Amino acid sequence: MNMADDLHNLTVHETRDLLDRRQVSSVELTQAHLDRIERLERQLKAYVTVTDERALEQAREADVRIAAGEAYPLTGVPMQIKDNICTRGIATTCSSRMLEGFVPPYDATVVKRLQAQHAVILGKGNMDEFAMGSSTENSAFFPTHNPWDTERVPGGSSGGPAAAVAAGEAMASLGSDTGGSIRQPAALCGIVGMKPTYGLVSRYGLVAFASSLDQIGPLTRNVTDCALVLDAITGHDPRDATSLPQPGGGYATALTRDVTGMRIGVPKEYFVEGIDPEVAEAIRQAVAVLEGMGASVDWNASLPSTPYALAVYYIIAPSECSANLARYDGVKYGFSDHEAGSMWDELEGTRRQGFGAEVKRRIMLGTYSLSSGYYDAYYLKAQKVRTVISREFQEAFQRYDVLITPTTPTTAFRLGEKTEDPLQMYLSDICTIPANIAGIPGISLPCGFVNGLPVGMQVLGPALGEEAVLRAAFAYEQATQWHTARPEL
Amino acid sequence: MSLTPDEIRHIASLARVGLTADELEQYRSQMEVILDNFQVLQEADTEGVRPTGHSVPLENVFREDEPSNSLDKEETLANAPRREDDYFRVRVVLE
Repeated sequence: MNMADDLHNLTVHETRDLLDRRQVSSVELTQAHLDRIERLERQLKAYVTVTDERALEQAREADVRIAAGEAYPLTGVPMQIKDNICTRGIATTCSSRMLEGFVPPYDATVVKRLQAQHAVILGKGNMDEFAMGSSTENSAFFPTHNPWDTERVPGGSSGGPAAAVAAGEAMASLGSDTGGSIRQPAALCGIVGMKPTYGLVSRYGLVAFASSLDQIGPLTRNVTDCALVLDAITGHDPRDATSLPQPGGGYATALTRDVTGMRIGVPKEYFVEGIDPEVAEAIRQAVAVLEGMGASVDWNASLPSTPYALAVYYIIAPSECSANLARYDGVKYGFSDHEAGSMWDELEGTRRQGFGAEVKRRIMLGTYSLSSGYYDAYYLKAQKVRTVISREFQEAFQRYDVLITPTTPTTAFRLGEKTEDPLQMYLSDICTIPANIAGIPGISLPCGFVNGLPVGMQVLGPALGEEAVLRAAFAYEQATQWHTARPEL
Repeated sequence: MSLTPDEIRHIASLARVGLTADELEQYRSQMEVILDNFQVLQEADTEGVRPTGHSVPLENVFREDEPSNSLDKEETLANAPRREDDYFRVRVVLE
């Protein structure tokens, strides 16, 4: 094989061997990815910022560490970071006019952890503005295109990370997932994406959207890489008060393809109206593979409150968003409308010009849900139903080790197809939202194709059940070849 | 679920997102559809159920009160839209 042509196709753990045996250097690997970015970005638009010089500098430093025998699993591995995760000295825009040119004075904890392993950061991934959206069409700068069909969306909000990893523009990326923003784009781009248990990964330095739902996680090309990145970023952080005291980690070494006796539930509520029958069939076949490997499957599991999840989410998330985004006032950082005549005019002018249509819509929805007279009927009711949904999951995980569902109701849709109808766009998160509401871990991994477009299977586990989730995913992956497919670009 | 023009104007003024008349009408009709969809929640039985604000069973998280450096002043002020000496400059609040 001509290695230089194929470096962008390698997985992190394959690369580790090559780097440690000195068959390839981090500088070569990083340059190969920068070349790939240079060649593909006109089509894909997965990056908001490419930090090429910095990346090569980090790669040289990584090569020194590797030569000294001090390599960690991610040392010298070229990665991307979603643009709502703060990187000191590198613009962090949230794909919003509001934060265009904002350069954070500090690194997010996850970025610090990657740097501690001497990973290489190639740049920042495009996203729906402030992570609000399901297609990356809400980026204030440009939409990202799906590498499998550039007329289709990559999903969102981590569309840049998913497209970059699928296309070989990065070996892995970090995204954020508030209602499916890692798993949904991972599914639509044919890669692996994981939302860990709420609190397992520090949110310090993640620009807040809905604080009780947001969680950072990996996007990678296979399950082993997912575990390696998760190992690197988990752990208690005193700077995030919701960070769990458990240290986490050790996931990569715990991977095993043995699913004998694993109890799998397939909840019927995830296979109802709006689900593409071919997607549903791909999921059933995938579960049958695990059944054939010795897992016991209940095809008729039930989580009866699932139909409430979408409404719960689209009340709670906008409510928290309307509070979190109150900080954008044009005073401390970000865009500011200097033309306005008074303080109040400046505030309105700043927010009118700085925020895009979907962000304003969510702020409006949240403000409405929290306003006097509606608080009990919407916000409080949604929080109570949140309790009901969480309990149902807890009860289900008494009977099952993991639950398996589709990640998305359909494969990737066309650019522009859902932009005029916000509710239709919201419905594309219907399978991923419940995990955020309950704070439980979920992974999406490739399990087939429908008309040439990737299908994602979602595995859900109980809180801190990452090991079971990764085990089911790894076992399936080892038994199939979907994860080795790459888009032709 | 109906939303009157007055209600939507009130919400917009609370949110301070500076909507135009056309945008107000567009958001009003879109929010009506979305809020209609939320009515499904009224069917959920939540009698005696306590609300969940956070999925993590943590409360009163404390840490040692140890002095440490805060963010670098110059780096922090570098993002200020308007700066005067070591301050963020704001518009007149009380005239």
